Amino acid sequence: MGNFDFSVVVRSWPFLLEGLRLSAVLTLVAMAGGLVLGLMLALARLSRYRTLATLATLYVNGFRAVPLVLVIFWFYFLVPLVLGQSVGALPSALIAFTLFEAAYYSEIIRAGLQAVPRGQWQAAAAAGLRPAQTLRFVVLPQALRHMLPLLLTQAVVLFQDTSLVYVISLRDFMTSAGIVANRDNRLVEVYMFAALVYFILCVSASTAAHFLDKRWRRT
Amino acid sequence: MNYAWNWSVLVQQPYLGWLLDGFKTTVWISLAAWTIALSAGGLLGVVGSLPGRIRLITPAYVAVFRNVPLLLQLFIWFFVVPELLPRDAGQWLKRDLPHPEAWTAVIGLGLFTAARVAVQVRAGVRAVATGQLAAALAGGMRLAQAYRYVLLPQALRVMLPPLTSEFLTVFKNSALALTIGVFDMTAQSRQIESYTFNGFEAFTAATAVYLLIALTVTFGMRRLEVRLAIPGTRSA
Repeated sequence: MGNFDFSVVVRSWPFLLEGLRLSAVLTLVAMAGGLVLGLMLALARLSRYRTLATLATLYVNGFRAVPLVLVIFWFYFLVPLVLGQSVGALPSALIAFTLFEAAYYSEIIRAGLQAVPRGQWQAAAAAGLRPAQTLRFVVLPQALRHMLPLLLTQAVVLFQDTSLVYVISLRDFMTSAGIVANRDNRLVEVYMFAALVYFILCVSASTAAHFLDKRWRRT
Repeated sequence: MNYAWNWSVLVQQPYLGWLLDGFKTTVWISLAAWTIALSAGGLLGVVGSLPGRIRLITPAYVAVFRNVPLLLQLFIWFFVVPELLPRDAGQWLKRDLPHPEAWTAVIGLGLFTAARVAVQVRAGVRAVATGQLAAALAGGMRLAQAYRYVLLPQALRVMLPPLTSEFLTVFKNSALALTIGVFDMTAQSRQIESYTFNGFEAFTAATAVYLLIALTVTFGMRRLEVRLAIPGTRSA
């Protein structure tokens, strides 16, 4: 007790910041990809075509039943095998996170779509809109208001989950912190600092999400 | 794709033994962590629903445990906490406690999940509290009695579905224990992959086990929900 040296954090800050940047990239790519794929899955689950709906349900429930760590291992192993060459950890992590997040986003989107009354679809059809137009101009804008808080909460969860790339030694913020902590033998200082960074970032994001949600609901 | 299939690796020793050990580890760590999560989270959830300032403990706890990644929380319990404790206690944790990594995983996962359980319990109590609490108090019950005989029996039924999914989350999150050296289901399948290069078979086995756990728990809890339902109150 007593002889802690937090200067290690200052010295290693550029390295840690590099890691934080990778965490941000992972979060943003998985979010964008996950939203697109999640929307398609949600529409598939709600569609009239039974086979399509069943396949989408299997996908969503399958991904939601297994640990993210296992999914990361799966793709770390599969991607080079399928491509026939080693591509490094980043592409397989990006694929794993996108496919995994899509399952979670699709459930949020499905609930959001279902919260829009059926009558809206019928009214839009009566007004001469095609299904795609109805979705784009009538249903999605309304559904988005229902979904927004949950989508943002999920983004915060995703940001925290990107720390799991530690298991394939991809240098995100968590892995970088681990490297610095072990290199300088300053585990207490570095891990406490990393926790503080995650805490501040996640609390800020949640607060912003809450604020945004309130504003959106008023309009 | 150039891959040498060999499904028989799953029934060969030592690999079959590794998988069974991993399965046992995953199950006991998850159940032990769930015990902590349910007791601590239940208490925090009830406290959070009480009138008065004491309820503020719950959002503070939840904020801390939900805004730091679980992986980092495990590292803090494993690497940082023993250093911050008095020398003797720290030494005991590091040297004398058998299986420190497994116990750390149980505590870390349990307290992390407690935050999530607390949120569900608080929401469950609030969902029934509005009129029921006032009625119970007006009927002459003390606050403790109102909770014991009126609010909690109803709230528990409301909480059952969300608590089921939290229970499944514990199983999934227990895989993170491999980062501090616990050989759970996921770690064992990874080990088989690196020994035999039959990753496909090994990961399939682990995936199948998690799917099986999810199906069993979901099915069991559905039956429990139906059995516990108060006649006339179940909408679906």
